[in-house]
Formats: sequence, structure tokens, C-alpha cells
Amino acid sequence: MNIPAITAIYVYEMKRFFRTLMESFLSPVISTSLYFVVFGAAIGSRIDQVDGVSYGAFIVPGLIMLSVMTQSISNASFGIYFPKFIGTIFELLSAPVNFLEIVLGYVGAAATKSLFIGVVILITAEFFVDLDIQHPWAMLAFLVLTCLSFSLFGFIIGIWAENFQQLQLIPLLVITPLVFLGGSFYSISMLPPVWQTVTLFNPVVYLISGFRWSFFGTADVAIGYSLLAIGAFTCICLAIIWFIFKTGYRIKS
Amino acid sequence: MSIVQVNDLRKVYKDGFEALKGVTLSIEEGEILALLGPNGAGKTTLISTLCGITTPSSGSASVGGNDIQTGYRAARQLIGLVPQEVALEPFEKVINTVRFSRGLFGKKRDDALVERILRQLSLWDKKDNRIRELSGGMKRRVLIAKALCHEPRVLFLDEPTAGVDVELRKDMWQIVEELKANGVTIILTTHYIEEAEAIADRVGVISKGELLLVEEKNALMERMGRKTLRIDLRDPVEAVPEALAEYDLELAADGASLTYHYDTRGEGTGITRLLQSLAKEGLSLRDIQTTQSSLEEIFVGLVKEEDAA
Repeated sequence: MNIPAITAIYVYEMKRFFRTLMESFLSPVISTSLYFVVFGAAIGSRIDQVDGVSYGAFIVPGLIMLSVMTQSISNASFGIYFPKFIGTIFELLSAPVNFLEIVLGYVGAAATKSLFIGVVILITAEFFVDLDIQHPWAMLAFLVLTCLSFSLFGFIIGIWAENFQQLQLIPLLVITPLVFLGGSFYSISMLPPVWQTVTLFNPVVYLISGFRWSFFGTADVAIGYSLLAIGAFTCICLAIIWFIFKTGYRIKS
Repeated sequence: MSIVQVNDLRKVYKDGFEALKGVTLSIEEGEILALLGPNGAGKTTLISTLCGITTPSSGSASVGGNDIQTGYRAARQLIGLVPQEVALEPFEKVINTVRFSRGLFGKKRDDALVERILRQLSLWDKKDNRIRELSGGMKRRVLIAKALCHEPRVLFLDEPTAGVDVELRKDMWQIVEELKANGVTIILTTHYIEEAEAIADRVGVISKGELLLVEEKNALMERMGRKTLRIDLRDPVEAVPEALAEYDLELAADGASLTYHYDTRGEGTGITRLLQSLAKEGLSLRDIQTTQSSLEEIFVGLVKEEDAA
């Protein structure tokens, strides 16, 4: 294991994050506050409670998940796409490192950044609503796992993308709709029965449901399924990344 | 023992282009090998394959006895690469990008060493500058610093002086000399024949994916040391006069000029005697001119032969 290499990549990526710390810090705070104003105040005043939780509190896990997922993908995809774009990837390819070390460095850094943003949102939310987290360790585990798995997914997108448009394509066309339709702002029990069934094919439902369970002890789907979903998603991403480095797909001729 | 061993290395790209057609090459530890060749000859593909950026289609290669595929970790640790394209992250500081490279190659942070390399490359006072603030030449120096900071035993320089000013080129040659003195093996590709002449121990000529020759530079210079004297005669002759047989003259088809080959590094060139003999034979001269075969000519000749074949 080339520990200095993992450290070098991780530190290098984190430095980029700290260079733009204010932006990284401010944008989630502002967008979360806006969501609270729009959803919490405007809509929340009409919806009293969901599953015995005030609507303002109910959307907190969904809000965190929404930001964490999109941030993980954009951080990780940009992290590996940028060296490809400017050509510095030659150094990674010619260094004595294997795929696992490269992934640990890049994905580790991307996951750390989105974890930081998730925590910032959680703290911001505390100013708007009273939160009583019932399973804090489970909450933390879900948060970390989501950061990791979506950073892995972002890494794949970064390798696959051949231009900046493609880099935005999957997050915009696939992830954002899945997250919005995955019960970030509502409980799936509020949907008509047909859509309840359809929505179960959306993997994000399982993540948000599990994460919400760790906050309030209530869930749309059983917690075991949530764990299974996130575990399976992580494994699929790892398998794809292994394949990428085995074959040199889009990075090596 | 050779530090770099390449055996029948082939590379066929997906589109069917055969960039390397079975290259075999041994490079001795501590030598400087210059690879000459026109654009698209396969120089960069060869280097990229040895460094792990490109996967070979067949054949094998080893660096320091480590196979570049099965023993890639050990092999790559010995290698430093200065690529042809200036690829650097524009917003990063010089010193950070150099430290990053060292870490990537599995080495512990060593500020003293990084300082020494940056000073050697006249980059020390720019260490806190962001890359985008540097000139093109300075960026190239940063690439070299990045390649050297993990103390490689084999250094690949891919067109290191392309588009570089005279001062930096001289600096570069100086650095190459110092590295050689420390026992570092250097493989450089270049368009500039004078660069190969100035610093290489051996010269390899590569064209269309094939290594046409690898020769000691001095042996090559031996061939280049020959000069040609062309004598235009006022009145054409039918044959070279008997008395001039010892000079091995060649008579042009129209009988109007004679060609004499000589070696400038010999005891005497024989020119004075030849001219006296010509006068004695009553031949009057219209013009004389001398030409020297350069490495460039040998090179162009080889590549042309290859094209014709």
C-alpha cells in the first residue's frame, strides 16, 4: 500500500477545497436556509405533521441527503475529470500506485468535503427547527456511507465524461430527479398507491428513508432494506471502478 | 547490466494504427540515449508505454529488472517522466505541486531535497507562485522538478527543449550533465540533432514505429566526420587521369566534375596534393565546394530509405 501517495492525493484535493472554503461553506448554508423558508414556512404551514414529526423537521434528513448526494458527485467527478482535462493525469498513470490507492485519495477527499457540508446543513437546520436525533450513530453511519458511495459514483462519472456537459448530464438528468422524487420532502405514504409501488424502484428512496429513520425512528421502508440498498450501490460502484482501471477505460490507450 | 530492457515491444491502437512495430532496445545504466525521429515516429508511444501511460499490445519491457506490467510498482519508482505537453494545474503553487509528485511516488516529504531541486532549476524564488503566473519556460522547469523530486534512476525527457529559449536549453543540458554525473540514466527524445550531438552517449533513430539504428554517438560522428570536395572542371574529361588514381575520385556522368572524399580529422586531408596533381595534369578548375554529412543528413537518409522500402 502506497500510503504517501494516498495522503498526497487526499491533501492535494483538500487544499483545493480550503482555497474555496467560503464558497464551500456559504452555499449550503444559504440554500438550506432558502429551502426552510420555502418548504418549511410556506408549505409547512399547510402540512402540519408527517408521521408524527413537524414538517420543518421532517424535511431535514431529505435536505441533507439532497446536498450530500449532489455535492459528493460533483466533487468527486470534478476531482478526477480536471486532471484528465488539463492532462496532469499522466502523472497518476505513471506513478507507482494502484487503482485502490487513487480511489481512496480522490473519493476520500470528495467524501470528506460532502460530509463537512452535510454537517454544516445539520447545524444550520438546528437554528430553524428542534431536532432530536434518535439514533445518532446510525445517522452518522448513513451519512458517511452516502458520502462515500456517491463520491464513488461521481468518480465514475468523472472518468466517463469527455466534456463539461457530460460531467453535468448525469447529476442533472438522473440524480436530481431521483432525489426530488425519492421522498426528500414528503413521505411516500402520501402518494397514491400506484406511485408508491413505482417509487420503490427509486434507489434513493431507501437511502432517504433509512437516514430519516435514524432521526425520527420512523421509515417508509424497513431499515434493513435501506442498508442493503446502500451496500449494493457501493459494491456496484467499486466493481465499475475496478473494471475501469483493469481495462484503462477512457484514461489509458 | 542494462537498466532498461525492451523486447519486441508492439503497440497497436484501437483504430488499427501500429505505433510501435516490435522495438528491441537495451539501455545501460548511467548513459544518455537520444531518440531521434520525425513527428509520429513512435517516440512518445515508446516512452509512454515504458512509463505505464499506454498499455503495450505485445512484447515486454523492464526497468531495473522489474517488468513494467507485473512489477510496475518497483519499475515506476525508478522512473521520472518529463512529458512533451506542459500539463500542470494552473491554480496550484509551485512547491505544492512538486511535493505532491514526491508523495505520489511513495516518498516521505523532504523539504531540503525539494529546495535543492527548485534552486537548481532557478525556481526557488517562484516557489509560492501559482503555476498560471509562470512563463512557458518556467512551467517546463516545474515539470522537470516534479520528475526529479522522487529521485528517479531513469529519467525520460520527451522533447524537453521543444519551444524553449536558448538559456533554458543550456540550463537543461547542464542539469542533464549533473544527473549523469550522479549515475542517472537519461532517455530523451528530440527533433534537434544538435541536442543529441551535444549531450547523448548513444543515438537511436526511430521512424514509423521501428528503431532503425542505435549507435554510439562517436561512431556516428565518425561517419559524419567525412567531408566531400566537389571540383567543377572548365573542360569535361572522359575518364579520371591515371595519375590521379590514388585519390579515388568519382567522375560525374557528364565528365564535368570530380568528387573527392576525405576525413578532416586525419593527419592530412590530401587536398593540397590533389590540387597540385590536378594542375600537373593540366586540368583547369571552374569551381570547388565542400560539404559535410551531418547527423541530420544521416538521419534524413535513413528515414527516406525507410520510406522508399
